[in-house]
Amino acid sequence: MADYIWLIPVFPAIGFLVNGFLGRKLPRALVSWIACLALLASFVVSALVFIEFLKLPPEARLFEKSVYTWISSGEFAAAVGFRIDSLSIIMCLVVSGVGFLIHVYSAGYMHDDEGIARYFTYLNLFVFMMLTLVTAGNLLLMFVGWEGVGLCSYLLIGFWYKKDSAANAGKKAFIVNRIGDFGFLLGIFFLVAGLGSHGVWTLDFGELQKNAHLLTYGAATVITLLFFVGATGKSAQLPLYVWLPDAMEGPTPVSSLIHAATMVTAGVYMIARLNFLYVMAPTTMFIVTLVGVLTALFAATIGCAQYDIKRVLAYSTVSQLGYMFVGVGAGAFAAGIFHLMTHAFFKGLLFLAAGSVMHAMSGELDMRKMGGLRKRTPITYWTFLAGCIAIAGVPGFSGFFSKDEIMWKVFANYGGSLMFWGIGAVTAGLTAFYMFRMFFTTFHGQCRASEEVKHHIHESPAVMTIPLVILAVLSVVGGWVGVPHILGGANRFEQWLEPVFGPGKEAAAPTLNFVTPAFAEGAATHASSPEGMLMAAAVIIAFAGIFIAYYLYLRRPEIPADFVRAFPGVFRTVNHKYYVDELYQAVFVRGLFALGRIAKGFIDETLIDGTANGIARLIGGIGSLIRLIQTGYVQGYAFAMIIGAIAVLGYLIMKVIL
Amino acid sequence: MLHGIPSSFYFALSGALFTIGAIGVITRRNAIIVFMCIELMLNGVNLTFIAAGNVLNSIDGMIFVFFIMTVAAAEAAIGLAIFVLLFRFKGTINVDEINLLKG
Amino acid sequence: MSDIGFINPLFQWAVFLAAAILSLFASIMMVTRRNPIHSALWLIVAFFSLAVIYLTLNAQFIAVAQVIVYAGAIMMLIVFVIMLIHLESQFVQRRKLSGAKVIGAFITVILFLEVAAAVLGSGGKTAKAAAGAALTGSVAEVGSALYGKYLFPFEIASILLLIGIVGAVVLARRGKD
Repeated sequence: MADYIWLIPVFPAIGFLVNGFLGRKLPRALVSWIACLALLASFVVSALVFIEFLKLPPEARLFEKSVYTWISSGEFAAAVGFRIDSLSIIMCLVVSGVGFLIHVYSAGYMHDDEGIARYFTYLNLFVFMMLTLVTAGNLLLMFVGWEGVGLCSYLLIGFWYKKDSAANAGKKAFIVNRIGDFGFLLGIFFLVAGLGSHGVWTLDFGELQKNAHLLTYGAATVITLLFFVGATGKSAQLPLYVWLPDAMEGPTPVSSLIHAATMVTAGVYMIARLNFLYVMAPTTMFIVTLVGVLTALFAATIGCAQYDIKRVLAYSTVSQLGYMFVGVGAGAFAAGIFHLMTHAFFKGLLFLAAGSVMHAMSGELDMRKMGGLRKRTPITYWTFLAGCIAIAGVPGFSGFFSKDEIMWKVFANYGGSLMFWGIGAVTAGLTAFYMFRMFFTTFHGQCRASEEVKHHIHESPAVMTIPLVILAVLSVVGGWVGVPHILGGANRFEQWLEPVFGPGKEAAAPTLNFVTPAFAEGAATHASSPEGMLMAAAVIIAFAGIFIAYYLYLRRPEIPADFVRAFPGVFRTVNHKYYVDELYQAVFVRGLFALGRIAKGFIDETLIDGTANGIARLIGGIGSLIRLIQTGYVQGYAFAMIIGAIAVLGYLIMKVIL
Repeated sequence: MLHGIPSSFYFALSGALFTIGAIGVITRRNAIIVFMCIELMLNGVNLTFIAAGNVLNSIDGMIFVFFIMTVAAAEAAIGLAIFVLLFRFKGTINVDEINLLKG
Repeated sequence: MSDIGFINPLFQWAVFLAAAILSLFASIMMVTRRNPIHSALWLIVAFFSLAVIYLTLNAQFIAVAQVIVYAGAIMMLIVFVIMLIHLESQFVQRRKLSGAKVIGAFITVILFLEVAAAVLGSGGKTAKAAAGAALTGSVAEVGSALYGKYLFPFEIASILLLIGIVGAVVLARRGKD
């Protein structure tokens, strides 16, 4: 099986090529089938590899396959090589599995769109790039995938390119991503240089892990910080998150796949993949945790004041990504990846369900114009509810286990500090609150839509509801692979990922000086009493959030309205996302335009043109001077010749005499 | 070769003729007289070649002079034709007044 | 003249000096005359004296060619053109020599001084006859060289003359008819 791992990214690539070249000539159903089957094939191969992994002992769960030597320059070599270990197989399963479900859903959702061939082409290209990213064996190939998913994000966000807002959102996403990518690239350069000074010239992950200890603490910190900048851009953390809400201009399945389940998680995956570097740089880890938790809180507050259901989900994604970064920043790489997986399930589900709602409401997005959908769209209702419960952290559902693991680890690994845990807990409460605010407003109460829209409300077709149901089931049971010891489970998820994360932690244990020994030993010991208390506190906060939402939006809906009237400034600020976009526009966009004007006016016109024209004028001037010799008088010319003859003769005579 | 006369006399004579011709070229205003001075210069050179050929006991000197004469003849023909044209167009062949080559 | 036998050195010197002084005198007169016809005539005298000098140098063919081509054809051409251009009216003008030209003339004298320096510097040696038979500049010898070693330049020269003829005719045509 190891020889076939390259098929995992290649199937979607084939789908991309077929649909890309022939898509417009094929019937719509066939296009959808090709795209979905490509994903299914990829999933099947991933599943087969996974099954084979189960038969192998943990240390042997590593397949590597190099297809082609891409760069060979002196001592440095990089191949197009794939690497599947315990971590990447999880990612492959998630990407191809959830991706497949979303493709099926898209077949129904985009059924009437005339650009459906283009849509599936881009979607397959995206999955190809994402799978390349997660199965890459070296940093360069990973970067290819990294850039590729950014490109596909641009293409898909701006899918309805005739709409100005969509085109602009696509550009914004790509440009902000680019800023992050610059950091990533600098990180690669510093890494190569840093290891190269010790004679090791490689970007292969296996080699990097073996040789990471050669780097100094300072070098490791700089490199990991730069990579984190890249992650900030791709995974929408502060300050580069601004593109994600705008990305909702794209079709809803796109939002589900790219901006919930897969692409935005690439940053988390990257940090997990480079865990052996990050554990050498505790300063960076601290910054990662800090940025993560602040982003989580920040985005959650904004989510409380949005009326567009997709925007609420977008800010929720930013917030949950913050949790994942908290996890990996605290050294709990397995917990971060666990939350990544469960988030793929429930957020992917939530976006698809929102799409189903929009489908029912004839494209309406504003929750104030919805309501009373419970009876008329039952499947959408129940699956949406499942997603909301999962994300709120209700015990037993997937979100509970993953979020709780992160919260416990950030408490334990930072020496029992309540700072991060506290902010995380508040955010959890806000998460429960705004998710159920949206749920109650959208599905319960009186239907506030217009008559015409009310008339058309209908449940979505099976091709859309079946993926919803499957994802809902996964949202419920998906967490059961990571039940912690305290609740009687074996935390199989963490065990599964131990071969990937263990060696790094062991190697770096002597250098870590900010965490308790619990961190260095791994996650084996959970002191039951503090963990139990924290778990209980989190559950109480979650239920409180749900109850407050219930009270404010179902029992006494006039209270929110009163609040908005009483504190208009506060509401407006949060509703306008704290005016961050306006700030960026004023500082960066206008600043760059001003710089461009200076470059054009002064540097280009005055300096460069001036120099070029000046040289031309100088030569013309010299020419005018020399032209004075051409008097037109033949005797003058003859005299000049005689002078020349005198000079030459004189020189020859001098040579003989002297 | 007349054994008594040293070759330097011939070279000196030739140099003198050349210089007189050069002075005439620079000094005179009449184009035809300038032309005649040029012919004088050519003759000075011819004398040098013959004398040198004699010194080196080679026929090449005379051959060269032969060709110089040929070229001088062709040059005279065309040059004088140009003078005629110039006189037709400008009414003068005073070299101080002809600056059609001015750049 | 080597095969003629012994010639009185005094005679040689007399012929040479006479011809040399005459050529110098004639050339100076040519350069300084106001009337272009006078200049042309003095130039003819100079050419003749040069032909004599060529004879002393044993270049009989060249001497004859000098008389026929230079003194004959070229000078005749020049005289014709002088006549053609009605210069009688012009030569009465007082010649005013510009200062620049005088300075130019003085500078040209340096050229002569340099030549003199070159000649004197070589020590005024009497040339020894080079190895091989003393040469004669007879027509036969020149002819065999021209048609032997120098055949190609000879042919080119004839083409050159052709070009000269054609060019002169084209240039001197009056208008296009």
